[in-house]
Amino acid sequence: MTDLDEAKEIIGRYINIQGGLLECLHALQHVFGYVPKETVDIMAEGFNISRAEVHGVISYYHDFKTAPGGRTIVRICQAESCQAMGSRQLTEQVKALLGLDVGENNDEYSLEAVYCFGNCALSPNIEINGKLYPRASKDNFEKLLKPEGQQ
Amino acid sequence: MKNIYVPRDTASLSMGADDVAKAIAALPAEVNVIRNGTWGMTYLEPLVEVETERGRVAYGPVTVSDVDSLYQAGFLDGANHELCQGLTKDIEYLKNQERLTFSRCGLIDPLSIDDYIKNGGFEGLSRALKLSGQEIIDDVMTSGLRGRGGAAFPTGIKWNTVYETKADQKYICCNADEGDSGTFSDRILMESDPFCLMEGMIIAGIAVGATKGYIYLRSEYPLCKEILNGAISILNEHNFLGDDICGSGKTFDIEVRIGAGSYVCGEETAMLESLEGKRGMVRAKPPLPAHEGLFGKPTVINNVISLASVPIILARGGEYYKDFGIGRSRGTIAFQLAGNIRRGGLVEKAFGITLDDMINKFGGGTYSGKPIKAVQVGGPLGAYLTPDNFDLPLEYEAFSKAGAVLGHGGIVVFDETADMKAQAKFAFEFCMIESCGKCTPCRIGSIRGVEQIEAGNYELVEELCELMDTSSLCAMGGMTPIPVKSAMKYWPEDFKDK
Repeated sequence: MTDLDEAKEIIGRYINIQGGLLECLHALQHVFGYVPKETVDIMAEGFNISRAEVHGVISYYHDFKTAPGGRTIVRICQAESCQAMGSRQLTEQVKALLGLDVGENNDEYSLEAVYCFGNCALSPNIEINGKLYPRASKDNFEKLLKPEGQQ
Repeated sequence: MKNIYVPRDTASLSMGADDVAKAIAALPAEVNVIRNGTWGMTYLEPLVEVETERGRVAYGPVTVSDVDSLYQAGFLDGANHELCQGLTKDIEYLKNQERLTFSRCGLIDPLSIDDYIKNGGFEGLSRALKLSGQEIIDDVMTSGLRGRGGAAFPTGIKWNTVYETKADQKYICCNADEGDSGTFSDRILMESDPFCLMEGMIIAGIAVGATKGYIYLRSEYPLCKEILNGAISILNEHNFLGDDICGSGKTFDIEVRIGAGSYVCGEETAMLESLEGKRGMVRAKPPLPAHEGLFGKPTVINNVISLASVPIILARGGEYYKDFGIGRSRGTIAFQLAGNIRRGGLVEKAFGITLDDMINKFGGGTYSGKPIKAVQVGGPLGAYLTPDNFDLPLEYEAFSKAGAVLGHGGIVVFDETADMKAQAKFAFEFCMIESCGKCTPCRIGSIRGVEQIEAGNYELVEELCELMDTSSLCAMGGMTPIPVKSAMKYWPEDFKDK
């Protein structure tokens, strides 16, 4: 944990919002890239719930990470519309290119599954660091990866 | 000064609309680039429109490299070009629709309250403010509006239950957790006409006596979040939200809350848990959310499109809306053409059009050009249908009779390369990944389903489907058998050992 004070400040903003734990977790993850373990106690105290409850919420939702991921986050849609446009094969190709399985990461990349970006008229879809790429293919994915860090 | 419209929704942005807008703004001409929402003709995105004396002339799909040739051809005067689609309003895809709920989508700058009002915005609210809560609810009942999220429960009855329940606090919750693959109508509405959704929520609040509304938005829609929050600020500034709506003395506030990548949180009680900051575990019913919903208070939970259909119902009256559609499916529904489809996008039509017309006339067949093998209607919990089913009219009861569901109106097309065993297995896998874990049939049944399909024990799969269907707590486990059983029924050859 680099800055516990900052985390405390963020959590403090949400504890008085009714049902604000999810928003709080999003805010922490936005700043730190994941939800640091050290913040669980602070949230439990702030929201007046048990640590188990905080942990339960973090572990329930796919979005929340408990460890830092790669610098480049690649998310690939695994749902039906993209399947109909060849996402299964594309996923295998992306896995081979990154040397990662879905759900894994190294320092450089995280490869994550997503179930629908809502861009299904332009399937298949891949997202790289928050930017969505429709009609994705092995070739254009490779091109996007080449100029490292500048998608 | 020429008005040029360049859309700014997730789909057009993904196709480079921002760069196109920049390139057009940099042309050596007097241009005023307006960022509208989208008409929903996704296959033409980015669809650039030029305002001319004849009306708006459309060009698409436009890439940055086309801008120069468009300019040389004189597109600023609406001149012809290989990308020219003619007048926007005359494009067959749009012209053949019945745009009620989506009438402003694509037409206006989504965050211009003047545009909104000029095009019929707040006519519903101003009428609602003159009516009693019961009169508003009666109008919604008359319209025949049923929940567009998928369950198709009559909206008026839901509202009436909340109206009749006495409480110190009531809530309106908009379910914007549009998780079904192949659906994006909520996204398009929120990105293209956010005030319309909010007007519907305000009317619902006034009708049932709720003063607070939440929009539960999925985290995969970041642009919606930005636009919705922008819209809320504008409505507060203009007194359409807050303590004294339009001087009526009525109070209503809206807050956007973001989900965290859980499909089952689109189930209404799981959504309530999530809004309360908890794990998205499904609640047993009763109590109904209309009696004990968010934070234990009576709560109206409606899908985005249900709420966004309310303003026009109030503006034109329930009878007007009811005139569209067939049987017990009244009004219009936004279909979404997705997957392997040539002309993907949003089609708002009155209920009753056949699947064939939707897929072939509007959609133009497959993107790959290969024959259609399967079509999944109604999201991951919907049935896979074959071209033999294409004469089915798109309405709730006909689909129900055929063992299928219309759901949220998503239509995903697969060509002949689809492996239906893989799709059936995926239905179980998806249930396994997304199950909230509260009930055993869903939590364990989904895992057994994957195993038994892999093992080829299809008799056991049938039994398992029966069990999940009859004893799951919610639609997640209860409807997962639908795609599985339909795949096994229509494509038995795909399930034979290869």
